[in-house]
Amino acid sequence: MNTSIETARNFILAPAGLDEGDLEKVLNKLMGHGVDSADLYFQLSRHESWVLEDGIVKEGAHGIEQGVGVRAISGEKTGFAYSDEIVLPALSHAAEAARAIAHQGRAGRVQAWSSHSGHQLYVPLDPLGTLADKDKVSLLEAVDAEAKRMDPRVKQVMVSLAGEYEVIMVAAADGTLAADVRPLVRMNVRVIAEHNGRREQATAGGGGRVGYQYFIDEGRGLAYAREAVRQALINLEAVDAPAGTMAVVLGSGWPGILLHEAIGHGLEGDFNRKGTSAFSGRIGQRVASDQCTVVDDGTLSDRRGSLNVDDEGVATQCTTLIENGVLRGYMQDKHNARLMGMPFTGNGRRESYAHLPMPRMTNTYMLNGHHDPEEIIRSVDRGLYAANFGGGQVDITSGKFVFSASEAYLIENGKVTRPVRGATLIGNGPDVLTRVSMVGNDLQLDSGVGTCGKEGQSVPVGVGQPTLRVDELTVGGTSAG
Amino acid sequence: MTTDLASIQDPASRLAVLEQQVSDILAEAKAQGASAAEAGVSTDTGLSVTVRLGEVETVEHHRDKGVAVTVYFGKRKGTASTSDFSPRAIRETVAAACTIARYTAEDEYSGLADAALMATDIPDLDLCHPWALSADQAVALAMDAEAAGRVDHHITNSEGATVNTYQGGRVYGNSHGFIGGYAATRHGISCVLIAQQGDTDMQRDYWYTVARDAAALELPAEVGAHAARRALQRLGARRLSTRQVPVIFAAEVAGGLIGHFLGAIRGSSLYRNASFLVDHLSKQVFPGFVHIHEQPHLKNALGSAPFDEEGVSTRARDFVVDGVLTSYVLDSYSARKLGMQTTGNAGGVHNLTVDPGTLDLDGLITEMGNGLLVTELMGMGVNIVTGDYSRGASGFWVENGEIQYPVQEITIAGNLRDIFMRIQGIGRDVDTRGNIRTGSILIERMTVAGT
Repeated sequence: MNTSIETARNFILAPAGLDEGDLEKVLNKLMGHGVDSADLYFQLSRHESWVLEDGIVKEGAHGIEQGVGVRAISGEKTGFAYSDEIVLPALSHAAEAARAIAHQGRAGRVQAWSSHSGHQLYVPLDPLGTLADKDKVSLLEAVDAEAKRMDPRVKQVMVSLAGEYEVIMVAAADGTLAADVRPLVRMNVRVIAEHNGRREQATAGGGGRVGYQYFIDEGRGLAYAREAVRQALINLEAVDAPAGTMAVVLGSGWPGILLHEAIGHGLEGDFNRKGTSAFSGRIGQRVASDQCTVVDDGTLSDRRGSLNVDDEGVATQCTTLIENGVLRGYMQDKHNARLMGMPFTGNGRRESYAHLPMPRMTNTYMLNGHHDPEEIIRSVDRGLYAANFGGGQVDITSGKFVFSASEAYLIENGKVTRPVRGATLIGNGPDVLTRVSMVGNDLQLDSGVGTCGKEGQSVPVGVGQPTLRVDELTVGGTSAG
Repeated sequence: MTTDLASIQDPASRLAVLEQQVSDILAEAKAQGASAAEAGVSTDTGLSVTVRLGEVETVEHHRDKGVAVTVYFGKRKGTASTSDFSPRAIRETVAAACTIARYTAEDEYSGLADAALMATDIPDLDLCHPWALSADQAVALAMDAEAAGRVDHHITNSEGATVNTYQGGRVYGNSHGFIGGYAATRHGISCVLIAQQGDTDMQRDYWYTVARDAAALELPAEVGAHAARRALQRLGARRLSTRQVPVIFAAEVAGGLIGHFLGAIRGSSLYRNASFLVDHLSKQVFPGFVHIHEQPHLKNALGSAPFDEEGVSTRARDFVVDGVLTSYVLDSYSARKLGMQTTGNAGGVHNLTVDPGTLDLDGLITEMGNGLLVTELMGMGVNIVTGDYSRGASGFWVENGEIQYPVQEITIAGNLRDIFMRIQGIGRDVDTRGNIRTGSILIERMTVAGT
């Protein structure tokens, strides 16, 4: 019994009076002359958010999104159309538009269904119903109170709580029939602290593919509040960040955004098929120091970046990207894998039914090395210890990437000393990891806050790493000293 | 049965359907007990075609619609949205908003914008110019753009050329009795090319044109040729050593700098004390020659709107006069929090304009003498609370008023308060492709971090 497929049938197909026979008919129509693959992607999503500010929950929003995306592929050509009405006429209309991409050629065939559910990495629950609305409000109020209780310098606290229940179903001409029920929750705390006329902010938060109870269990919500306050107070003491190239020690966890930007995007199949990535054609080559092994793993339980099946119905996997410094593989969706003659890796993802899938990361992290984090700090005479970050960006062609520190300190004579203001770090993806001279033994994944944007599409992702030392990285501060 | 909006081609008929939809939603909100309500409905259809290396890569047909409703029960509110326009879905969506309003707290500042501020006259801003473009015609234009960019043999690869056209309508109404809408179109051509020299020097750059009316677009071949020129110019890029130098933000990135200013004078940043420009009204924030204002009723422009997202009429407004901050950017909620009146900026500014100076970009480069010309910025290293600014940059090193060589893998940093006060010149090379219209901006000094 495949429960995800049952859920998708009941929630998506049944209300529209559709069954798998209808999907097969639409796919048959799609696979006319010259079309060599095609798929239908159904999505039903319900989401909500609650926002606390000035001590009161002043806003809440609820939304429903549903629709079906229809894709037809002919060689390297893709035709795409979608409809936010899941009914047979709209589906047929979208199919006609999508298949217009191919004008001639042999008609393809729809394979017999082979349904599978992929992994069972999270409970297929509806997070919106896991807590009564009044208890969501109480949770936000408790987190707010915790932040204010911490320190009188805390002047503003904003807390948000968001949940999503998403059911997706993929039916493809290659016989794929797969579904996934994907809960996702997220809490965020932003505080502004003020002292002697100076103001600083900080944020903290987390989440995953779980219910809201996650934020109550182990006092996680309250811990986010304390963490945001801690960072804001440290920033009140920060001096100007240094400017120039120096040794940088990156903390464990969210600083793994380094891997996401510096190498992750450059290893996505589409850029490599097109030869536009700084990593194109470099499989088997050394791109990192031999202490570095980096994976993209969509199979971690309850994680924000995990999926039972990707948005093309392929089970996710743990893909080794870099093994002991050597480039091993790319992340692929079906289309790019086929064109490159490589295996699928379960990385075909899309923001919604209204977007085309493409190769995307899931949870990207570096495995443990053997250095004690203290020892790594001690090894630096003068440099920067970057404990936490905001966002980042990469130019995959030139390989240049940036990521912005939100909590950082000077390292002087092997000791962490003064906190410094936020600064952007910039480097070159293909060689930054060759400068990693020490890898810690304290691997941590981020708390579940990541969202990755590519070609206008956002998807939830995870990152992680142990503490590591990069011998040379450019720090974009203002202080020449 | 719902009306198939996408099948209604005539913009006026489509708006009429949307207006009826908004009226129905407001009636439903009243029936469910809301003391006030507002609703927005939109629909968009479009076509986007991408060609790469002379072959069609994607043909995408877009059809989007959505409705969002906010209900008020006194000073409590709730919001809900859906893409389903059926009567049952509308009932359920209004009900979802009402449920939320039962749990949100009373907020004395909450509510619709004042009835007296509602736009009474909705001028035709000439925003709707449908482009009857077939997929095959779009492919042909994209082919032209890309081909024109692949002439030089150093252009070795391409991420493609895209042609797109969108047509939409939006209607907003609220329980003051206001209801208004307008149809708009947006068309564009873009091209992303890759230049290569030797094995390791690979550079990507792009160019695009966008307009309400297809007749105002740059020619496809110009877009492709411009993208190629930009990619080729980046070959051989070097790094710089760490230094303090004058910096020019080229027009295409200068809008972002002005965007940070807008972020700092937005009501929501101010009432939270989350801006480095808190309490700066009537104070000097730019040099005396700087004038920044908005032009919401500019005909045929990308940022024009007859009313804001609360139905408040938009009007020409100064934000900076002689370098002095004369107005914040407010919606009704932030205005009440600050004890002020809305500036008709719910949803943002409209055609924000930095008045140009007399020099073109070459003139600014000459004036700078030695320094950095920035043509691309990376990352999000901008803190509106403190004004701290630190971003990745690439561009060109300038000596004696002449471009010397391309540079990359550097950062530029400073504090926005100083950066704004250190503006020495604004070019007349105004970029009109977005909602912020500015020429290139010369800053007296910033910190460049590199080797």
